[in-house]
Amino acid sequence: MIETVASASMLIGEVMKVKKNHLAPDFPSGREKRLSIVSGLHGDEVSGQYICYEVIRRIKKNFEKLTGIVDVYPFINPLGLEAQNRYVPVFDTDMNTLFPGSTDGTVGEYTAALIVRDIVGSDICVDIHSSSIYMKEIPQVRINSDVAEEIEPYAKKMNTDVIWVHPSSTVMLGSLVYSLNEMGVKSMVVESGVALKIDYDYANQIVEGLFSLMTYMGIWNGESNHTHSPKIAGDKDVAYVNAESSGIFIPAIKHSDIVKKGDIIGNIVNVLTGSPEETVTAPRSGMVFSLREYPVIEEGSLVARIFGGTYE
Amino acid sequence: MNKESIYSMNTAYRGEYTIWGYQFGSGDKAACIVGSMRGNEFQQLYICSLLSKKLSELENRGAIVSGKQILLIPSLNYSSFNVGKKYWITDNSDINRSFPGNASGQATSRIAAAVMDKVTGYSYGIQFASFYMEGVFVPHVRMIETGKQSNSLANQFGLPYVLTSVPRAYDKATLNYNWQMRGTEAFSVYSKYTERIDEESAKQAVSSVLRFLTRMGIIRYNCHAGYISTILDEEELLNIKSEKSGGFFRRLVYPGDEVVRGDIIAHIVNPMTGENTAEIYAPTDGIIFFCQDTPMIYQNSVLFKMIRRLHN
Repeated sequence: MIETVASASMLIGEVMKVKKNHLAPDFPSGREKRLSIVSGLHGDEVSGQYICYEVIRRIKKNFEKLTGIVDVYPFINPLGLEAQNRYVPVFDTDMNTLFPGSTDGTVGEYTAALIVRDIVGSDICVDIHSSSIYMKEIPQVRINSDVAEEIEPYAKKMNTDVIWVHPSSTVMLGSLVYSLNEMGVKSMVVESGVALKIDYDYANQIVEGLFSLMTYMGIWNGESNHTHSPKIAGDKDVAYVNAESSGIFIPAIKHSDIVKKGDIIGNIVNVLTGSPEETVTAPRSGMVFSLREYPVIEEGSLVARIFGGTYE
Repeated sequence: MNKESIYSMNTAYRGEYTIWGYQFGSGDKAACIVGSMRGNEFQQLYICSLLSKKLSELENRGAIVSGKQILLIPSLNYSSFNVGKKYWITDNSDINRSFPGNASGQATSRIAAAVMDKVTGYSYGIQFASFYMEGVFVPHVRMIETGKQSNSLANQFGLPYVLTSVPRAYDKATLNYNWQMRGTEAFSVYSKYTERIDEESAKQAVSSVLRFLTRMGIIRYNCHAGYISTILDEEELLNIKSEKSGGFFRRLVYPGDEVVRGDIIAHIVNPMTGENTAEIYAPTDGIIFFCQDTPMIYQNSVLFKMIRRLHN
């Protein structure tokens, strides 16, 4: 059943609507577990569009296998998606800083508040992201260390390669997932690929993860293929590689390659002089789970993240 | 006046990017003033230019108290002005959401860390800020309630109002919040406009800072005593929204105006027919504190913020 979660008339002649597909058994007992799947918070991250489509399609195909509630919110920043804008258009604000929102704020805050109000009551919420235009990411769940213990059993079902447990000091206070966890909805972020594109292999991997999660929650009796066991990355397992010069980054490795400490990750070159500025090397051994996708960089730009841990 | 580099980095196409600070007087770190952090904060930068000239004159006249040093950093972000962007030129990140920063992180985080390092230790910190909602304000001093804020000191600016606010999630990554947490008495001074120059309120902002510096014994300057500020809690402000529709926003009152309950304070006009789709009434007696400054508005946007039951 399609429902409108938030709506506001825009400047001229159009209405902004955030919608969800409420999928529930025909004769619910009222005690069903509920999973909320959210996507399209950043308007440039489009993998979640395919993932939502595929999840809904597969549930509808075997609807009798659904024994709980799945609420799918494919586009919570609809104007950002249409306008190819990561942020909330016009207000130019990152929606993921506005939660839990306010009915007395801007349209972004107003929408955020209504979305949170609608999701509260879910047992689990998965917020599907697909990085930014700058970095390519391996499928991964991101959770905060404060809530890791509670959420890890669910995160492990998501069929990702990595679960990255962030230290609590880096928590994004205005994010949807942080707000929901504060309100008692166990929530996690899934990241994969790169913005503005759909990597279908990664997206299908996450679709399988969502069905595995539904099976684990006891709300799906149908097919689910768990193909990946995640490795868990704590803060100390992850090395950030930042550029110390500016120019164009030419990678010497491929995304998700295993590297040894000292291996060349890539070169930063000066396009005017034709000479190298910097050779970027791996500060530790491990798997390159994030790699620079957008080639123009400046001093400080993130070039790669390396997951040591069991890859060392 | 001594010009000093606060932070310098190389860039791919713009050459060396250096953030400059200007020191007046010498000795104890008495006061630090920070201007625009976003590329649309023209009024904030303009205020700094007026202040820079004034402080230079005062220094030449020997009117900076001996043993007191003032640091002025007019802008942290020239590049965004130069390319017509609000946020950081390469990745759209917001410097005023990057504090306290990380010296080995990405560019805005490095800038925040370098600035934090330079501005820590000053007795008083002043920032010319812009609000996340775009609009026109009655000039005021804003303080985040960290438990360390001093309302009585904020009065010393002699602006009409002092506004205190409970920190929102994103406030914790601002300069002002981190400044206070590190022991500086930090104030945000809000002028009337952001994206355009308003001479009158710019001069008022300059006077308020000079008045404050005089009263804190940092400069010798004879100036008008200003206002005895009215202290307001942001929560007490009444939000007036356009609940029925979006469209042209025809304002009938402006910040500082006194209104009576039932006054029509704005019309919302259908852009196709020219008909009024909504009339906005003053819900109570009071003074308009803030209003939106856009030609058109979305439904449910906050149009005005009003101080209840106060008279001019």
